[in-house]
Amino acid sequence: MQSESKTATAGNNGDKDRSDCFVSLQITASGGVQINLKSKVKALYGDSITALCNEVLQYFGIDNAVLTIEDKGALPFVIMARLEAAIKQLIEPDKEFLPEAITENNYTTLKDRQRFSRLYLPGNTPSLMINAGIHKPHAIILDLEDAVAFTKKHEARFLVRNALRSIDFMGVERMVRINQIPLGLDDLDFIIPHQVHVVLVPKCESAQQLHQVNNRILEIQQKTKQHSTVWLMPIIESALGVIRAYEIATAADNVVAMAIGLEDYTADLGVNRTAAGTESLFARSQVVNACKAAGIQPIDSVFSDVSDMEALKQNVLQSKALGFEGMGCIHPRQIGVIHENFAPDDEEIAKAKRIVLAFDEATEKGLGVVSLGTKMIDAPVVKRALRTITLAVAAGKLNEGWKREIQQ
Amino acid sequence: MKKSSTLVKNAIGREVPTEVNGKAVIPYKGVGQHKPEGRKYGPRISSCVDFPEDGNKLISTLKEALIKSGLRDGMTISTHHHFRNGDVIAIQVFEIAAALGVKNLVWFPSASFECHAPLIKYLEDGTIHHIEGSMNGQLGRFTSEGKMKGVGVLRSHGGRYQAVQDGEVEIDIAVIAAPTADFFGNANGVEGAAACGLLGFALADSQYADKVIVVTDNVVPFPCVPWQIQGNYVDYVVKVEQVGIPSKIVSGTTEITKSPDRLFLAEMTARFCEAAGIVCDGFSFQAGAGGTSLSIGIYFAEMLKAKGMRARFARGGSNKYLVNMLEEELVEYILDGQTFDLDGVRSMRDNPRHVNTSPFTSYNYHGKGNFASMLDVVILGATEVDVNFNANVVTHSDGVLLHGIGGWQNCLFAKCTILPIPLFRDRIPVIRDEVTTICGPGELIDVIVTERGIAINPLRTDLIEKTKNSGLPIKSIQELKAEADKICGIPAKQKFDDIIVAVVKWVDGTVLDVVRKVGP
Repeated sequence: MQSESKTATAGNNGDKDRSDCFVSLQITASGGVQINLKSKVKALYGDSITALCNEVLQYFGIDNAVLTIEDKGALPFVIMARLEAAIKQLIEPDKEFLPEAITENNYTTLKDRQRFSRLYLPGNTPSLMINAGIHKPHAIILDLEDAVAFTKKHEARFLVRNALRSIDFMGVERMVRINQIPLGLDDLDFIIPHQVHVVLVPKCESAQQLHQVNNRILEIQQKTKQHSTVWLMPIIESALGVIRAYEIATAADNVVAMAIGLEDYTADLGVNRTAAGTESLFARSQVVNACKAAGIQPIDSVFSDVSDMEALKQNVLQSKALGFEGMGCIHPRQIGVIHENFAPDDEEIAKAKRIVLAFDEATEKGLGVVSLGTKMIDAPVVKRALRTITLAVAAGKLNEGWKREIQQ
Repeated sequence: MKKSSTLVKNAIGREVPTEVNGKAVIPYKGVGQHKPEGRKYGPRISSCVDFPEDGNKLISTLKEALIKSGLRDGMTISTHHHFRNGDVIAIQVFEIAAALGVKNLVWFPSASFECHAPLIKYLEDGTIHHIEGSMNGQLGRFTSEGKMKGVGVLRSHGGRYQAVQDGEVEIDIAVIAAPTADFFGNANGVEGAAACGLLGFALADSQYADKVIVVTDNVVPFPCVPWQIQGNYVDYVVKVEQVGIPSKIVSGTTEITKSPDRLFLAEMTARFCEAAGIVCDGFSFQAGAGGTSLSIGIYFAEMLKAKGMRARFARGGSNKYLVNMLEEELVEYILDGQTFDLDGVRSMRDNPRHVNTSPFTSYNYHGKGNFASMLDVVILGATEVDVNFNANVVTHSDGVLLHGIGGWQNCLFAKCTILPIPLFRDRIPVIRDEVTTICGPGELIDVIVTERGIAINPLRTDLIEKTKNSGLPIKSIQELKAEADKICGIPAKQKFDDIIVAVVKWVDGTVLDVVRKVGP
């Protein structure tokens, strides 16, 4: 079973890589464990890095090996992930070396929580994960799909698993984008037991794919004897997916939102993605419509020019006008603009307040018809106004006790 | 020579020598405790009859000027850093000295940059005995490894002026690189291909050095106006092909950061200042060089604009962002100590509200007051801070000397000193039980802003009171340290050699701490 000559490697050590390490491991026949450590934090953590590596090797029953680590300030959970990824290229033990799960991440999320922003974090780049929570997006996405090179797919799974257990994401919703089904099903083994809140299913084209995901989740949960709800967010990225949008949105009770990915969608159509977005208007409207019909959140594609905040703002306003309730972001700078512009503006809030007050008054007086000035107000309008108020309170633009303040 | 015979514990608890490079030194006594008496150091008396009546002091080569200045073994030679990483003159001075076989010189730069790494050759061959000023990058590493003949002396910009004025350092030859000069020696930094803004760092040298050489690539007919350096102090003027490399005069550390984590720190810092009531009509601020500090100006500008307010003055390095604030009338004056980009140079040349300053006006310990202590808030960097708020800017946690002090120590005297620093950098913890090297006493450091919380010095009960209901994540420094330790692990205690490779001077000339040799 042991391959003695092969050298396994994992991790990154390019010029720009930080908070990461590159390990290369060779299992030998004799000579004990030799560790060659090159680290920028050797003076501070050299002994503890060596001790950790010995512990991991011992855990997997490796008594003879040559291990080289080029470290650029990787945190312990990263070193563990890199080493385990290398070990598992050489042997196939039926166990995992898990970092302790921090208690800060013991929380669940609600189906209808706000999802204006979700910050994509490449699944094989630890430096971008560590401080992601401080920027307070509504969610972070550890991405195993497009952000990870094909040859790095497997090692990224260990890193994402350990990140879910070790990084304090400061109360934001934790999402993972798995690979396209069927490859993505195997990703689930690495994330489901570790408190992932939402699984993003890319290039989704059928309800059946979501059933496959749910079946696998159930299987894993039965094995690990834990049953917290895992939400699903399918991403529609093809013409077929758009046509089947409603089927997908209603595939299961745990589908909370559906997103559209326009890069792949426009490629599928064979057209260019333009700033005006005329080519994707049908698809976007179809996704919004399917989501509203299914009672879930429609989520827009990412905006890729991270330096142009004004264009992002216009994009958000357009997206909001179409009915979307959130979008992805690829840089923390985008979060503020997205939150600010998906939230109701002052005019919308003022109007909503007037409608809600008129509704209250009508109810108090026992009137069947709500009117504001000379205009009659229908029930759906009241419902929308109440939703606006909820969003405004959540965005910090309105105090929860606003009615009392008006009465005073 | 490096094994100092006697070490004494100074007022901040560090073991320091009483003698450095054969000269007696005074251990640090506490903030504001050391006040030397007597008269200031005086330069030699000169007589105008010894100089050309027509005012023409042009000499054809730097070598000739150095020889005429009496260059010989053991002299102290000064150069300056207003060209930052684009300086070419310091290297030429020591090339000439080495070719002439001169030994044991002391280099007294106002700061060193990566471009000075070639001087290692002259430190190795004995041309240069040691450096008094700053030892950055490769020079710092060289010093840390114990390879410099003498002991390095690190001083702040203000401390450099102090050392010149109280006679601690006698400059034999000052070589002042100037973007523009006339044959008489009047010089400025606002004109010419190598325009760098101002020449304030060379002011003390022009006034106190025995011999003063102005080197330029742009000789204009007399008079060169404005004369930031006065020709009346100058012995010789040399014209060279190129005095500095313009593209390297703007250094990388003077760009606004794009790092989301650093922008976050800058925003938190600005929000803290707002909550503490520091940002108000007529306030003053200084932000150091370095991406995070510079970005804070952007947030200040937004706040001032939103409130319809103006800052009275901003001090320190100017760049296009600060110039924008001046031009949009969000700040009334820039008191500039160092110009970081061409917008800064243009503004200083053309805008009377953009004023050039020097370490004398801003930082000098022997002045009758200085500008730094009048500032409402200063924002600086640091490599490490300890639980007593002592901070380090010269060494890293592995003990290697990599940076100079700059104006950092002098700025600590502002009414509020804030250090925005990440809680850890690639696993290197920034808050320590004890900093590797003390460059600033904790009593002068008021606030540490990290991405995971803000710690206020317990001495500043006023700031604690003002910000307690601000919604900002105020934590104790011990809590922040515990958070970092939890993420990074508890770092091992560093072991250092006994050999002292450099000393850190306090602003008053006393010895605050030492830098010890690290392993090869």
